[in-house]
Amino acid sequence: MAEIRVEHLRKAFGDFIAVQDSNFVVGDGEFFVMLGPSGCGKTTTLRMIAGLELPTGGKILLGGEDVTMRRARERDIAFVFQLFALYPHMNVRKNIGFPLLAQGMPGIEIRRRVEETAKLLRIDHLLNKSVSGLAGGDRQRVALGRAIVRRPKCFLMDEPLGTLDTEFRDLMIHELRELHNRIHATTVYVTHDQMEAMSMADKIAVMNHGVIEQFGTPREIYDRPATMFVADFIGSPPMNFLGFGGGLSKGASEIVVQGAKVAVPEVREDIAPADMALGIRPEHIRFDDGSKLRGAIYGTEYLGTTQIVAVETSGGIIKARVPAEIRLNPGDQVGLALSSTRLSLFEKGSGRAVRTAIHDTVIHHGASQGRAHRG
Amino acid sequence: MSLTSAHSVVAPSAVSKRVAGTIIVLYALISIVPLLWIFATSFKTPPDSIAYPPKILFQPSLEGYCNLFSTRTRQTPEYINALGPATGVCDETVRKRNMVIAGPSNFMPRFVNSLIIAFGSTFCAVFLGTLSAYGFSRFKVPLADDLLFFILSTRMMPPIAVAIPIYLMYRELGLSDTALGMILLYTAVNVSLAVWLLKGFIDEIPREYEEAAMIDGYTRLQAFWRTVLPQATTGIAATAIFCLIFAWNEYAFAALLTSGTAQTAPPFIPTIIGEGGQDWPAVAAGTTIFLVPILVFTILLRKQLLRGITFGAVRK
Repeated sequence: MAEIRVEHLRKAFGDFIAVQDSNFVVGDGEFFVMLGPSGCGKTTTLRMIAGLELPTGGKILLGGEDVTMRRARERDIAFVFQLFALYPHMNVRKNIGFPLLAQGMPGIEIRRRVEETAKLLRIDHLLNKSVSGLAGGDRQRVALGRAIVRRPKCFLMDEPLGTLDTEFRDLMIHELRELHNRIHATTVYVTHDQMEAMSMADKIAVMNHGVIEQFGTPREIYDRPATMFVADFIGSPPMNFLGFGGGLSKGASEIVVQGAKVAVPEVREDIAPADMALGIRPEHIRFDDGSKLRGAIYGTEYLGTTQIVAVETSGGIIKARVPAEIRLNPGDQVGLALSSTRLSLFEKGSGRAVRTAIHDTVIHHGASQGRAHRG
Repeated sequence: MSLTSAHSVVAPSAVSKRVAGTIIVLYALISIVPLLWIFATSFKTPPDSIAYPPKILFQPSLEGYCNLFSTRTRQTPEYINALGPATGVCDETVRKRNMVIAGPSNFMPRFVNSLIIAFGSTFCAVFLGTLSAYGFSRFKVPLADDLLFFILSTRMMPPIAVAIPIYLMYRELGLSDTALGMILLYTAVNVSLAVWLLKGFIDEIPREYEEAAMIDGYTRLQAFWRTVLPQATTGIAATAIFCLIFAWNEYAFAALLTSGTAQTAPPFIPTIIGEGGQDWPAVAAGTTIFLVPILVFTILLRKQLLRGITFGAVRK
């Protein structure tokens, strides 16, 4: 297993820039997820790490070795494709053994390794079956088997659960993470599904328009989004934004939104007057009739243990996650109380988060902080 | 792959099935009559073959096949009587017509020429076609669309328009009446068809298969050989049959460019007519034998052919 280091990686297809100036480090044995909407450059980045696509600029290091321009077969990595790419003309055993055959390993050894891998994935009873008759989850396991049988330096997975139905997907998320805990393989996993990313990743990179907007642990990305895009992309429902104007000065801990004073985490930098946004997670809103920030109930979504309540304020619709027991009727006037320590502040123009007290405990991610900002 | 579900939303009714079935059987019968007539004629004697009204029932004879495979000389009855007992069926048959077998005819060598030239050119066309189709399908070829159109355009001109230039070129190059020349010519004609057909098939094979193989430690050529080719067999078989049928049946260029050592069966068969009267049974026998290779090849590959023809229409 090895560390993956990506430095100033860039890829252009003609005039279209798929990836620009990507920097990140995936530690040895880490489960790293690249998350973003389709077309954001995450798959292109993955294919460059695999050697299926050559970068326009930048460097890729695998275990300290520069492999930027090496052929795919010289990189000692394994790749799991979205459509699994199981060879239809071979049975399960041959599919799993195919990478070993390339190394010229003797037949007996291949047989032993294939059976060992199949046992690990609990597909040893399927070894002599044709791959075309397999169920989605089993196909996925065969594809994983083909990846791990060779014991490569790292695994790359391109939306491997994308084609599975929900039931299988939840099962496979669990299995993938369990497998990772057992073999500790450095893994780069690409997905557009935040649930997959949050539940499996050690580290997440959120990408948009070819740029890594934020790199961090699932908790950091959720609790202190670096940009408005990340705040909006992660969370269901996403973070609410309330606009406000004026600058901020170091040490400020109160802002005025829609005529109401709102306590916020202490600001750590000076910001010149500009359009700003206050970011509030739905679960950080309580109903409190004493609050000056007011709105009218617009609608509710009942979810069992909680409910999502849409409140129409003068600054737009705000969604709050509140206990399911509260009885609410459309049109009711409510006051909104916000958890002052959990709020985020953004500059609307750049989308960048303002440094506040929530950023005080910095968690280091090795050499590269990788917190790229758009601009 | 489900054929039934993709074909139509409404299942055909019993009546429409019966109507369709009847039409197909009728068409098949109409198509097969000339073939059956040729087959029957090949077993007639020359007088039976030109009898009027035509004979449906007749005494089968191998005379047509004997005449096809041999050359004969006319002799006096005294000479024939002086010979020993007939050595075989053919010997006996020709003696009844006051003739003796002088030696083998040219049919076998011509037939072998046809086999070599047709299969050779088919192999070359399919081989080149597969590689170029793969290239067009997988790589960013500069001016790919223009090149593909150019390849297609080689089929647009009627062959007869280039017959004389080719005849002159071949004479200069020493390719006239050589198997190599004919293989090159048929390959050139067929390769455009092969590229276009095979590109469609290879486009349908997801490139993830090769990418997976290349990541797993194979070179591109190995990946192509082990993952693309096995999945393209259907398309390759269908393309090979189309190429073979063309090369096998081609008459105009064969008649123009071959006359002796490299002559193929199509221009040879009509020449049988001239040898000692209109020997229709021999012509029919030659035609019958000529049909066999394509029949065998098609039957062997019928599964692939059927799947190949419906390939683009039915999604997996």
